[in-house]
Amino acid sequence: MGMTMTQKILAAHAGVDSVKAGDLIMADLDMVLGNDITSPVAINVLKKIKRDEVFDKNKVALVPDHFAPNKDIKAAEQCKQVRCFACDQDITNYFEIGEMGVEHALLPEKGLVVAGNLVIGADSHTCTYGALGAFSTGVGSTDMAVGMATGKAWFKVPSAIQFNLTGAFKPGVSGKDLILHIIGMIGVDGALYKSMEFVGDGVASLTMDDRFTVSNMAIEAGGKNGIFPVDDQTIAYMKEHSDKAYTVYEADDDASYDQVIDINLSDLKPTVAFPHLPENTKTVDAIKEPVKIDQVVIGSCTNGRFSDFKKAHDVLKGKHVAKGVRLIIIPATQQIYLDCMEAGFLKDFIESGGTVSTPTCGPCLGGHMGILAAGERCVSTTNRNFVGRMGHVDSEVYLANPEVAAASAILGRIAAPDEV
Amino acid sequence: MNAKGKVFRYGDNVDTDVIIPARYLNTSDPLELAEHCMEDIDKEFVNNVHKGDIIVADDNFGCGSSREHAPIAIKASGVSCVIANSFARIFYRNAINIGLPILECPEAVNTIESGDEVEVDFDSGKITDVTKNQTFQGQAFPEFMQELISAGGLVNYINKTL
Ligand code: SF4
Repeated sequence: MGMTMTQKILAAHAGVDSVKAGDLIMADLDMVLGNDITSPVAINVLKKIKRDEVFDKNKVALVPDHFAPNKDIKAAEQCKQVRCFACDQDITNYFEIGEMGVEHALLPEKGLVVAGNLVIGADSHTCTYGALGAFSTGVGSTDMAVGMATGKAWFKVPSAIQFNLTGAFKPGVSGKDLILHIIGMIGVDGALYKSMEFVGDGVASLTMDDRFTVSNMAIEAGGKNGIFPVDDQTIAYMKEHSDKAYTVYEADDDASYDQVIDINLSDLKPTVAFPHLPENTKTVDAIKEPVKIDQVVIGSCTNGRFSDFKKAHDVLKGKHVAKGVRLIIIPATQQIYLDCMEAGFLKDFIESGGTVSTPTCGPCLGGHMGILAAGERCVSTTNRNFVGRMGHVDSEVYLANPEVAAASAILGRIAAPDEV
Repeated sequence: MNAKGKVFRYGDNVDTDVIIPARYLNTSDPLELAEHCMEDIDKEFVNNVHKGDIIVADDNFGCGSSREHAPIAIKASGVSCVIANSFARIFYRNAINIGLPILECPEAVNTIESGDEVEVDFDSGKITDVTKNQTFQGQAFPEFMQELISAGGLVNYINKTL
């Protein structure tokens, strides 16, 4: 029987000709990732492993991004532990403040992941690199420790859901709306234990940034990974960012899928996920009662890339945020920050009444730099709106694309860009 | 191996943010994490949980982040086992990797109520609701995972191969 794209990558890294859904395999890793929250646990676990050093100093990436710049003394101690470990083990890809960014925006930008790679990261949104035609998935700190020591991880080979995309987005609709639409349709466990494989003519019309956003949120549907085929755009992106050799894998024609879902991209509309699950989606035009808001966050590994800020800028330029609304702009990496600066966006954001932060996960996980009080509401371009995700248990997060977030900041309620 | 304890019953999609909120993730000390276990969904959990107690939940338990702090907090709070209809996949592998027993058994989940006394036999996957005097057969782990669990987690398993 044929294999899916994911299964092909897994088989190659397990050194076998073929695998099928349900097989348990040990596979070789091309990159092992950790951040300032998960790495300290992994570093402590690594001490208990007989071989307590990393298998390849070039294949480990450590990115302190969650509570960095250090939010308090405990966070400082965690970052210090990661820094000392990186220094001791001579880790090539350790990113200090000044060169860092939110890990899943940073790794592709730095060219550390390319098509055909197998990557694990002790962070659930490691699935982002599926946009590049890689297999990548989130794991815990013990897997990260064993991965660092041995260069291997165990996997149960997943079955897959195929998403067949046709058409192209209408203006104001982007990758975020596609993935929110999918999660709204199949639910937060709709792809549990499964791969989400995106195919079809519509893929070509998605930018790389759209694909990163879509793959990023595969985990929000319970998916093990979310993967795109490699096309001219992928190759152009990799050539620009990386000198690593890549391998293109394609699903077999006779690969079997648990389900095939057809989506016409031109049918989609700006979509928002209401609290407290990413599956609680509504299109913005279907929101009848005005939803007043206190804060807007534009950033994160989901929508904190240059094109996201360009879209927000198009809506915000020359306008001002509503009185009483806090607009927090967080470019996901130093490079994106620089690009936004050179394009003049940052000045315009500040003149619109926004505040611009250094790259960090910050408020996305309720860490720092924009925590919500009881009863407050935030429209955010991030990926999770669980209870208490951005602060107080009685606060609310609404997930949206950058244009909707910008329009909402201007009007002080959830709004579509064509309303401003 | 057996577990026996009182049941704490939760619903669908118990996510890692409510199991251990991010505001406490500036530490990785298991006992400190355990002090805040389940805080955002059940404030009384930490006051009422006793060694050996069991969490029973519906679908997709442990969804959300990859923080191993979630199963670590549950284990350190004294919980001996989690039974659910299904588990989010990262939580599933984290639990196995750190040696927190978990079982999928929709029949048991359907019947067991909060406060019931429940006994679990991990070798056979048999779950007994002592209060209701009913037994259920949980799904047995594939052989590879049984090896991981009986080795006491992934680290011990890997050490044997090194
Ligand atoms: S931006 Fe948010 S979702 Fe992305 S890695 Fe950071 S905390 Fe996680």
